[in-house]
Amino acid sequence: MRFGITVFPGTWSDRDCAHAVELAGHQAVMLWHKDADLRGADCVILPGGFAYGDYLRAGAVARFAPLMESVVAFADRGGLVWGICNGFQILCEAHLLPGALTRNGSLQFRCEPSWLRVETQSSPFTAGIASEEVLQIPVSHGEGRYVAGEGTLDGLERDERVAFRYVAKDGSPAGASSPNGSMRDIAGIVNPAGNVLGMMPHPERACEPLLGSDDGMRLFLNVARAVSRGAAFAAPAS
Amino acid sequence: MTLTSDAPTVPSDAQLAEVALTRDEFASVVQQLHRQPNAVELGILGALWSEHCSYKTSRPLLRALPTAGPRVLQGPGENAGAVDIGDGLACVFKIESHNHPSAIEPYQGAATGVGGILRDVFTMGARPVALLDSLRFGPLDEPRQRHLFEGVVAGIGGYGNCVGVPTVGGELYFDSCYRDNCVVNAMCVGIVEHGKLMRARASGPGNAVLLVGADTGRDGIHGASFASVRLDATSEERRPAVQVGNPFLEKCLMEACLELAGDPRIIAMQDLGAAGLCGSAAELAHRGGVGVDIDVSCVSRRERAMTPYEVMLSESQERMLVVVHPDDVRSVQEVFDRWDLHSDVIGTILERPEFVVRDGATGVCALPLAVLVDGAPERSAPGPPVQRVMTLERRVWQSPWPPGDTLIRLLASPNIGSRKPIFRTYDHQVGGATIVSPGTDAAVVRVHGTRRGLALTTDGNARYTALSPRRGAAIAVCEAARNVVATGAVPIALTNCLNFANPELNEVYWDLHEAIQGIADACTALGIPVVSGNVSLYNESESARIDPTVVIGMVGVLEDVERACSAGFARRGDRIAIVGPVEGSLDATELQRLAFGINQKMAPELDLDLERRVHGFVHDAIEASLLHTAHDCAEGGLAVALAESSLWGGIGVRVDLDIAGEERPWGRSRVDGILFGESQSRFLISFAMEASVQLRELADRHSLPLQEIGVVGGDRIVIDGAMDVALAAARRAYEGALVGGE
Repeated sequence: MRFGITVFPGTWSDRDCAHAVELAGHQAVMLWHKDADLRGADCVILPGGFAYGDYLRAGAVARFAPLMESVVAFADRGGLVWGICNGFQILCEAHLLPGALTRNGSLQFRCEPSWLRVETQSSPFTAGIASEEVLQIPVSHGEGRYVAGEGTLDGLERDERVAFRYVAKDGSPAGASSPNGSMRDIAGIVNPAGNVLGMMPHPERACEPLLGSDDGMRLFLNVARAVSRGAAFAAPAS
Repeated sequence: MTLTSDAPTVPSDAQLAEVALTRDEFASVVQQLHRQPNAVELGILGALWSEHCSYKTSRPLLRALPTAGPRVLQGPGENAGAVDIGDGLACVFKIESHNHPSAIEPYQGAATGVGGILRDVFTMGARPVALLDSLRFGPLDEPRQRHLFEGVVAGIGGYGNCVGVPTVGGELYFDSCYRDNCVVNAMCVGIVEHGKLMRARASGPGNAVLLVGADTGRDGIHGASFASVRLDATSEERRPAVQVGNPFLEKCLMEACLELAGDPRIIAMQDLGAAGLCGSAAELAHRGGVGVDIDVSCVSRRERAMTPYEVMLSESQERMLVVVHPDDVRSVQEVFDRWDLHSDVIGTILERPEFVVRDGATGVCALPLAVLVDGAPERSAPGPPVQRVMTLERRVWQSPWPPGDTLIRLLASPNIGSRKPIFRTYDHQVGGATIVSPGTDAAVVRVHGTRRGLALTTDGNARYTALSPRRGAAIAVCEAARNVVATGAVPIALTNCLNFANPELNEVYWDLHEAIQGIADACTALGIPVVSGNVSLYNESESARIDPTVVIGMVGVLEDVERACSAGFARRGDRIAIVGPVEGSLDATELQRLAFGINQKMAPELDLDLERRVHGFVHDAIEASLLHTAHDCAEGGLAVALAESSLWGGIGVRVDLDIAGEERPWGRSRVDGILFGESQSRFLISFAMEASVQLRELADRHSLPLQEIGVVGGDRIVIDGAMDVALAAARRAYEGALVGGE
């Protein structure tokens, strides 16, 4: 299958995502921010970085890129859209996902391992990963503190749209070990249809034991599996 | 062309001081030009003849460094050095100082230091894959020092994280000698295919000179001459001489330049650094043996009413010069346009080696490049050779605290404690190549598309160079090599940054001389060439000067990155041994500083032949898969090395050094020397019991002492007869060392 990887000026996880996609045995194509063409991608990844420098608010400028119109249309048709780190921030700014990512509670950038519990089975990204498993996937961000209104948070929980929650290494609640102080320890969420995922941790950095963990690879393989089943999702983008 | 700028007059002392030229140097200018320079020319000469650009003091001394080797593709003289790492790839790297700007404005000073060193590497066509930083500040418990430290760390992170190049290593010391002059040295490492390695040598008269990237403003004017005078009470007023960084622009510039790497349309590429357009255009043309004609009216500005002088000397960041054939201008500009980078044709390459600057039709500068770039008279020694006098006091030092307590205090020292609070604020993983994360010995990054890895480190203990510049500098090279060797890599080349005080003072000059000799001694003994470097002088204030501070950045190659050896104890039941000397003294140690606030007597002994054999042993042992871990013994000595390996691995240790019962006073100092002395040329290794015999044979083959001292296990650090410390207590001390109370 074919993963499209968005490249905004300032994106820097594009090559790492392409490497992970290729390790998973699939094809990666780069999607340039000025083009509207999704190049036949079966899944669009919005990788990490500082799109347009993020001098305003992370993702605030990127949502206006010509490419984003196509991404939003693709998502609306049920296409798989996966925002990682800066990509999550962009998806929130583009209103494909609710809430916002704000400055870390520590007021500092954090690059370190994080431990995640999968909280929903209803999304193709996480299907088949049991909630008692703890995934080790690193974070690397300065603005990853997920915030939303209480009503939104309750809705996310009720509809099983919290995809990942930060936990301690042993699976207990994160407490002080949360890398950013996110509300309700939220590390990732999905849209109501489950085809759009936003997450702050970097699964593409956890695809080989040599790098300390290969838990992230399970997400890439899950996407590929979902696409090959096909039925529930949109035809490839034109 | 007739120069119609201000009529030349003999400058006043104040005017000369403004451009940092001496009266003698001015006389030399007039003699070489056969005329008086005009005001613009004088300013340009001042910038290019500054120590920062001309190396007028250090250049004759640097000739002592060995720069050749079978792997060297590019030695000193270009933007960065380049060495072959196999598979048709080259590693391009350099270290550079940004001390003076960081002392005035720590965030931007450090950020633009990172930006500058990144450009040096991608200018050569190499994709930056790692950054390292070597930092020195005054005592951390002083509020101003914490402000500088936190500002510098934030600036490094702010720039590196945004650009998307991982910061994988570096080191950090605190000492009162850096109170007025912090040291901020940044190193960048990049990788490029041999065929795409680019050089900054202009050629082809009539070719166009493109200026790409940021618009030019008044920031950083006089940066080069600013870095070549000591800091004083007016330095704060020089804040405009500190540049402001835009990492986003740098990222776009980097991607566009890398897209053009190896492209036959690109004749030469040179980033703008010290002395701005002047420095870069002059070097670019001079290296190629051609001239250059620049029209400042074509330079896009971000401020109104800038004079030609200001445009030429602006150190606005994120700018690049590119030389292309006139027919290729449009197509090359299209690449920059795609990245939304502004580019202007601002000049032409000339056949005659002259540096011409015009403002439209008005000529403002016409200087022979030989005078501008190479004309600065080399400075000779201010006086006869002087050697540091060692304090030959007979006192034998011992710790005022019991050994266990001493260990805890050392682990809690900001010079030894955990660097995690810093490294967690740097993205050290982007690029998907970081195999050994920062915080132990050398970092290891893999080379994508190959089985190989690079081991990267920066080192330099100024306590040793302060007492003996020559031996201390040699130790810095050896320590860097040890850190590389501990991962299983072979050191292949180094870059150095020499941070010294005012070289016009005779003792400082000779310290510099001796330190360079020391680097040469160690490089020769270990067969490691110097491929790039930087000299930062005038690191002094009215009341203090820094100790001679030699920072060595080293690169090693690991043939199989999956076999990289780590430093944290790996398995319970493993045996522990020391390779190299066991005895030591407390002279020049971190403990001496901590307990008595002094740095006295001798730098540790260094036997370069022993050093070489120890490296050979560790390399062979790792290659034969005999070791589970290897760790260099550095600051804090054997006890700290044991504690670090325990803390990093999360397993305790039980050691018997056969020192129980050393009760008499001389006995106690001997015990402290063994535990906390900083003897050189040694490693702490751990291995499975079954490997013991083979390791002993290997040590014999290298004619080395190998002393088995204990076993990995438990949750305490136990040294029989000396200490019994809970790992948890050691961890509290270690992890709290850099954490500040508000």
